[in-house]
Amino acid sequence: MNFKLKDILPQLITVVAVVLVFGFFANNASINMENRGIAFGFGFLSQAASFDVQFSLIEYDGSHSYFRAYLVGLLNTLLVSVIGIIFATILGVIIGVARLSPNYLINQFAAFYVEFFRNIPLLLQIFFWYFAALRALPLPQNAEPIFGNIYMTIKGLYVPTFIWENFNIFFYSVIAAIIAIIVIRIHAKKVQETQGKQIPVFIISIGLIIILPLLSFLIGGVSATLETPKLIQLAQTSFKFEGGISLPPELIALTLALSLYTATFIAECVRAGIQGVGKGQKEAAASIGLTPNQVLKLVIMPQALRIIIPPTTNQYLNLTKNSSLAAAIAYPDLVLVFAGTALMQTGKAIEIVFITMFTYLTLSITISLFMNWYNKKIAIQEK
Amino acid sequence: MFKYLKQLTSLVAVFAVLLTFSTETMAAKKSKTLKNTQKTGFVRCGVSQGLPGFSNADAAGNWTGVDVDVCRAVAAAVLGDANKVKFTPLSAKERFTALTSGEIDILSRNTTWTLSRDADIGLTFVGVNFYDGQGFMVRKSSGITSTSQFKNGISACTNIGTTTELNMRDFFNSRGISYEPVAFEKADEVVAAYDSGRCDTYTTDKSGLAAQRTKMSNPDEHIVLPETISKEPLGPVVRQGDAVWEDIVRWSLNTMIEAEEYGITSANADMMKTSENPQIKRLVGSEGELGAAFGLDNEWSLRIIKQVGNYGESYKRNIADTGILPDRGPNELWTKGGILYVPPAR
Repeated sequence: MNFKLKDILPQLITVVAVVLVFGFFANNASINMENRGIAFGFGFLSQAASFDVQFSLIEYDGSHSYFRAYLVGLLNTLLVSVIGIIFATILGVIIGVARLSPNYLINQFAAFYVEFFRNIPLLLQIFFWYFAALRALPLPQNAEPIFGNIYMTIKGLYVPTFIWENFNIFFYSVIAAIIAIIVIRIHAKKVQETQGKQIPVFIISIGLIIILPLLSFLIGGVSATLETPKLIQLAQTSFKFEGGISLPPELIALTLALSLYTATFIAECVRAGIQGVGKGQKEAAASIGLTPNQVLKLVIMPQALRIIIPPTTNQYLNLTKNSSLAAAIAYPDLVLVFAGTALMQTGKAIEIVFITMFTYLTLSITISLFMNWYNKKIAIQEK
Repeated sequence: MFKYLKQLTSLVAVFAVLLTFSTETMAAKKSKTLKNTQKTGFVRCGVSQGLPGFSNADAAGNWTGVDVDVCRAVAAAVLGDANKVKFTPLSAKERFTALTSGEIDILSRNTTWTLSRDADIGLTFVGVNFYDGQGFMVRKSSGITSTSQFKNGISACTNIGTTTELNMRDFFNSRGISYEPVAFEKADEVVAAYDSGRCDTYTTDKSGLAAQRTKMSNPDEHIVLPETISKEPLGPVVRQGDAVWEDIVRWSLNTMIEAEEYGITSANADMMKTSENPQIKRLVGSEGELGAAFGLDNEWSLRIIKQVGNYGESYKRNIADTGILPDRGPNELWTKGGILYVPPAR
């Protein structure tokens, strides 16, 4: 190693200074907590939580530990984030491409959408959807069914669900179909590269995904009955629906607001990416006889994706962290359940906030690691 | 003589130090909070974000309520003027951290006294200024007249992080009723959710139900069910570790209650200085040296009674006359059938 002391001395001093500052604050906090008789420790995680949560993906009630309550909050956050990311991406890509359409109406509509939903603060949008839009829905007893079986009420969205027999056989058939499709796609690509023949992969995929599960119904003994929501009476004027899947309005409002808001940013990323590809590429692709759709799919998008993905990663992280605004509308996400209710009941503010911050940090790092890997994978090998 | 000068001077020095220390402990009790309060000139009081009858600000920013009166009593005792209070509205989430971190010195925010709050988070409850219990509110049109008519699937609105949430679970569990808890952070949001029909019932302390009903769009449409499902002793809270400040707040509240017991009001307090009853004379400061026990002058309790009134006056003007809870229920003196019984000031 060839280094001079005067080069690394500033770095050493900085590291020591940072350690000293953190040490001072940690020491200060621990002294003050001791003076006030507050104990620092994570033992509370194994205590019974004693409070119930409105919506949970796993089995949970008040007799479970605070740690399980933490998991419930985390899963709810993940649920909102995943659904939000999927919807935002789909909507964002559509709007982004529409923004570049030569059709004036579509173009202007996309522009209006982006400007409108981008410039209103997210919290206000969440408030609007929850307190204004979804509160205006009818009471369960007055709700008119949509498509015969779906009910949108002030207490939630009620959707019929399937009651399965031998669900695992159906599940395996779907997995088998997907594997078959992937195998066929790889094979088709190889055939096209070596022999120049094009196999109609799309039609074969559709066929597989319909036929295999259908077979499971016919000969696998799988059956599914529809369970529709039924109105039950709780009191003279209060009703609710039972049966089927019920989505609380808190979840719907949050997902809607998050998706619509983040879709605008993703749309702008997509537009930037597509416009970032040189004009010559589009003209050259057209000149060799590709249809506009093929141009977009085969030439523009692969190059544009390199530009689109890093800013879109940002937007995914933003959406995940913005989901913490759920605390404003009673959706039991990580912040409301853990850094809200659990914090208030145990009083262990420092420990709980640490855990919450660390969780969001881990979530964000995981998402960005995955997106970076994906970016590298689909990057064009420039020869 | 000069042979022992060195020993003599050291002896004199030791005596001087002992003397100063002893006089200091006799005159001023060590209380950081008391010293800070006297230095800044106002009592820092944490209150709710607007609960009529307990702590509520009017349009001009004047705070009134029984919880507010507790802080005003401390200000009258310690600073001489009941108006020298700075009120900080706090949500249920921030209330304890604001107190432990030193942002406020008294938390008077209709807070329930429980074991875990008293022992686990570095706080001390110094008394009960309102004995309450949790109840349920439903719409009259629902036809429910008792909690025994609650059916499976009922949705209940409440505040997060309160004893209400825990008691609600215990109640529904013990009856085997499945329910949907919808919990918001702000009381206004809870009321709005219940009012709009999102929830079938609203649950919190019965005093809170009565107070929030006055804020609803149609108060007569709602009834509070008769059952009380828990004990909720509401009272002021201070930080652990400052024993003198604890005592000051505790005995300020006790003074208000004991004054009503002996019939001393803000109007006749001065006249009572010449009463025949020695306990009355102690309460108005014309006999005894009770103030010195806290490091205050002897008129501390007289100021409380004159500027804020006794407990009955405070209850009447904040809760009874406003129509929230005209019947005092358990919040009546023990001599009149209630459970307000405080230790004697002597």
